[in-house]
Amino acid sequence: MATMVTSTRPPVIKKGSGRGPSLPGPNGNGSKRRGPLPDPDSRANRYRIGMWVGLASIAMMFTSLSSAYIVRYASANDWLPLAIPRAMFASTALILISSVTLELARRKLKRSFQNAYTRYLLLTALLGLAFLSSQLIAWRQLARQGIYLASNPHSSFFYLLTGAHAVHLLGGLLALGFLWVRSRRVLSEPALIARRQATADAVTIYWHFMDGLWIYLFLLLFLWR
Amino acid sequence: MSVEHHEGVHRHPAPTGFIRKYIFSVDHKVIGIQYILLALAAVAVGMVMSLLMRLNLSWPGTSWPILETLFPTGAPGGVMNPEFYLSLVTMHGTIMVFFVLTTAPQGGFGNYFLPIQIGAEDMAFPVLNMMSFWVTLLGFIVILLAIFVEGNQSLGQLFAGLGPSFAGGSGTVGPIGGWTGYAPLSALGKIAGPGQGAGMNLWVISIAIFCVGSLLGALNFITTLLNMRTKGMSLMRMPLTCWAWFTTAVLALLSFPVLLGGGILLLLDRIAGTSFFIPSGLYVSGLLSGSNPNFPLHTGGSPILWQHLFWFFGHPEVYIAILPGMGATSHILATFARKPVFGYRAMVFAIFAIGLLGFFVWGHHMFISGMSPYSAIAFSVLTLSIGVPSAVKTFNWLGTLWGSRIRFTTAMLFALGFVSLFVAGGITGLILGQSSLDLAMHDTYIVTAHFHLVMGVASIFGMFAALYFWFPKMFGRFMNEGLGKIHFWLTFVGVYTIFVPMHIMGIVGMPRRYASFGEYEFLKTLHPLVLLVSVAAIITISAQLIFYFNVFWSIFKGKKASDNPWEATTLEWTTATPPPHDNFAGVLPTVYHGPYEFAVPGAPRDFVMQTDIDTEVPSGNGHNGHKH
Amino acid sequence: MGRVLAVIIWIITLLSVLLFVSGKWWFPTPISEHAPALDRQFMITIVVVGLSFTAAQIGLGWMVWKYRDTGKSGDRAIYTHGSNRLEVLWTVITAFVFIALGVMGQSVWASLRLHDAPPGSYSVEVVAQQFQWNFHYAGKDNKFGRTDPKFIDDSALNFVGLDSSDPSGADDAVTTALAIPVNRPVELRLRSKDVIHNFWVPQLRFKQDLVPGMEIKVHFTANKIGKYELACAELCGQLHFKMKSYMLVLPEEEIQALQGLPQEQFQAKMVELLAKYPLPTYQ
Repeated sequence: MATMVTSTRPPVIKKGSGRGPSLPGPNGNGSKRRGPLPDPDSRANRYRIGMWVGLASIAMMFTSLSSAYIVRYASANDWLPLAIPRAMFASTALILISSVTLELARRKLKRSFQNAYTRYLLLTALLGLAFLSSQLIAWRQLARQGIYLASNPHSSFFYLLTGAHAVHLLGGLLALGFLWVRSRRVLSEPALIARRQATADAVTIYWHFMDGLWIYLFLLLFLWR
Repeated sequence: MSVEHHEGVHRHPAPTGFIRKYIFSVDHKVIGIQYILLALAAVAVGMVMSLLMRLNLSWPGTSWPILETLFPTGAPGGVMNPEFYLSLVTMHGTIMVFFVLTTAPQGGFGNYFLPIQIGAEDMAFPVLNMMSFWVTLLGFIVILLAIFVEGNQSLGQLFAGLGPSFAGGSGTVGPIGGWTGYAPLSALGKIAGPGQGAGMNLWVISIAIFCVGSLLGALNFITTLLNMRTKGMSLMRMPLTCWAWFTTAVLALLSFPVLLGGGILLLLDRIAGTSFFIPSGLYVSGLLSGSNPNFPLHTGGSPILWQHLFWFFGHPEVYIAILPGMGATSHILATFARKPVFGYRAMVFAIFAIGLLGFFVWGHHMFISGMSPYSAIAFSVLTLSIGVPSAVKTFNWLGTLWGSRIRFTTAMLFALGFVSLFVAGGITGLILGQSSLDLAMHDTYIVTAHFHLVMGVASIFGMFAALYFWFPKMFGRFMNEGLGKIHFWLTFVGVYTIFVPMHIMGIVGMPRRYASFGEYEFLKTLHPLVLLVSVAAIITISAQLIFYFNVFWSIFKGKKASDNPWEATTLEWTTATPPPHDNFAGVLPTVYHGPYEFAVPGAPRDFVMQTDIDTEVPSGNGHNGHKH
Repeated sequence: MGRVLAVIIWIITLLSVLLFVSGKWWFPTPISEHAPALDRQFMITIVVVGLSFTAAQIGLGWMVWKYRDTGKSGDRAIYTHGSNRLEVLWTVITAFVFIALGVMGQSVWASLRLHDAPPGSYSVEVVAQQFQWNFHYAGKDNKFGRTDPKFIDDSALNFVGLDSSDPSGADDAVTTALAIPVNRPVELRLRSKDVIHNFWVPQLRFKQDLVPGMEIKVHFTANKIGKYELACAELCGQLHFKMKSYMLVLPEEEIQALQGLPQEQFQAKMVELLAKYPLPTYQ
């Protein structure tokens, strides 16, 4: 690649190179699949890829809020950490279980147990709703003690972080609803089947991320204080 | 020349009806044009604001009748008052950086051409793509609202009942804080002065909305590039424009969320009484914190925290503004020099290096902010090292031109202008990046000169080059070359005349964001330069009218263009002009060559298109998808 | 077209360089101990900047002149994808020059910022507000009287919040202009009442933000007697451009004379000194 070719010397063509490089696989992205084009699975991959990409940005936002948390903690001596509202434990249990149910749903779909898929989806959505309710209860528990958004830096971050998490979870809940509505359909085309699996995978990844994010926030708010 | 092809998949049929075709379209080409139109509107607003700023600085105290009619409070008797001037500074910066430099290069040209250049029928998520534009447009509408909420008395009072930070009508054209909105000035609300009320709320909200739109777009770009490249389009066969758009999208993905986080914290400080950025013990406008309903109690916040959050975003943002222009320049230089890009692989690494290092240098905006002087040293040395990949790119551009056969179309002139201006602007980074020198140079006009040359000029030249280059493909007609050349010459000479003297002003000591220079003796000698800059600005801004006329006239009356009028090599030139709804008429191309196979010895013509199955390109001499 | 472009680029380059070397507009005369080192570093940098700028523009102009397409048919560009050797060469050279500059550029910073003011420094507390500078002098006892925001009352002219019950504040003085001794390290304790400001005297080659909620200590040594304009260098509101004051660099005797004076006389003496010393001349 380093040889410089001037217009007076003939180009150096390596022996046996023929008409250039051999064609890569069916997809320009280097997939090893050799099936007919375009591969339905690789098309559907975009939902999974897109979700990971999107999660990177959500992670960055919570990272920035976390660093604000840490800096604010260290910047003055007015930090009065809250006691954990009891409802938060219920929230944690609910979201952990909902991750399990959604993962079950996803696997049922993979093995084509469509009815089971639908049922587990519904269960997850109900658990998600219960989670959001427990969040509201936690906020009310605090408000009853007179602790609001501006009361104290720790309470500010508590409301902000749990609120931001809840907003994102609500989005996930809407996605679950969307999946549930679509789950009744009987599909035969491989492209559409692959797409349904991919969207279920993507929403599941998102939901697990929300679960993990919750654990992280819980630890941040109540261990780093 | 035959082209091998394989079947594409029709994902959605072409839309009918005006609304679905041109307004709420999911077609990346329409969305790209919508972004470009948004940028054209925004840049006009930004230029008018800068014109007003120059008038105030050069002829202070002059009465401008039109201002008296439009802004009687901010410009009583037609004379701008200082808060009016500062709101112009703030809005000019915000509108230009966000709604021009972060829309057209990426959302505009990137949206239009990334899918086509990689051989895809559309972006990965067309509906999300449409949403990203409309969300961005909403952000623009909100920032424009800030003009009216502050400029108009009755509108400004509309929200005043909601709280101390919600009153507007200060007579300015928006908030005052610079595009950087440093806390606590930006967090305190109306008590800190005019332009700190409702306009500032709208500013934060507009930026937050913009963050969301940008993130949706970034997600699309990355997924599309990873998932939808056509057969034969390996990563090392992608045009450099695609590499630039990809890296820009990654930068946006990871930096905009931090701005969003910071913006939420700022908004909460303003309207919810929190103290993320507002420290204890403040005494503002005669009131002690907590002593008055207009000034609620704040304790313990950190103003420097805002700066960290803002600049962690802000520095990658400036690379977001310039990288697409670099990609376009490489692409256009190769095309009109009829020669491959020199050092394609090095160019890719340089783009990565700039993107990666861009995340580690934000502290150079904060050397004297009160942060740890040790971290200042670290940031400073890292900042100087980021000049290395930029220099490498410049060498490679010159290498591309060496031994070439240059065709001087307007697009080529702007690409060459980009190289010249990028060097001029980037090289002063060597001064500003050194912490010791920043002791003298911080917040002076040398900073203004530096960032305008790189962002406000080089980046814009990248966009001009891109538009003149791709216009025939987008609209089926050329832009007028004669008018284009006049536009180039006036603008090229004009921008140098505007911004080179600003370096001198900075050295003498002219501070940024000063509404007037009349107060200080040490600035009085600069007046001739101030005038020179303003005259040049007036001429250069006026010259842009030629450009606007050219764009809109040529869409309807320009000379008709064929499918590949520039004899270029990449995939967009293999398809019809303008491209059909699914870009390749149902038949996706197969790629056999790298993107810049010009002047191939033995080839029938001086260019080999990426899809050309018949022509041999010497292996071992190029990037034909080999893994070396 | 190529030739025209080359010539225009070269003319612009020449004019730009001339503007810089003309000497008509440059840094004001330095008045601090660290300024010569800073100015020297600036000169080295600007020479590197100027040479790189000029070389690149000459190179660009030469390329577009020499390699313009003269329309001779059959002529093609030279087919090359690059040269690894060149890439390594110019990357290494550039990295060396840039990083060397970067390392050199830390020495003045380190000398000023990495350690506290030496013992025996003359301390002044600087309290900035919208849109005025307040300088708090410790008086003969060299102890600053206690200040607290709750005592601040602008209308009663207690700008820095002096606690009247603190005896060490009895001999303190607060004025709107700065007076420091020549040839003696000066420590500034920077605070702000409301928003971020920035202390800046161009001749000093020295800037520092004043951040509310923080007390930032910086130091420098001025070595030229005179009166110099002081400007705010961080946007602080609509009268940012008018937040002006003066810095007086005085012989040691005049500083000693000032130190003993009570508030009103201190202010009157400052007015007198401000009138006595002229501003530097600018051509």
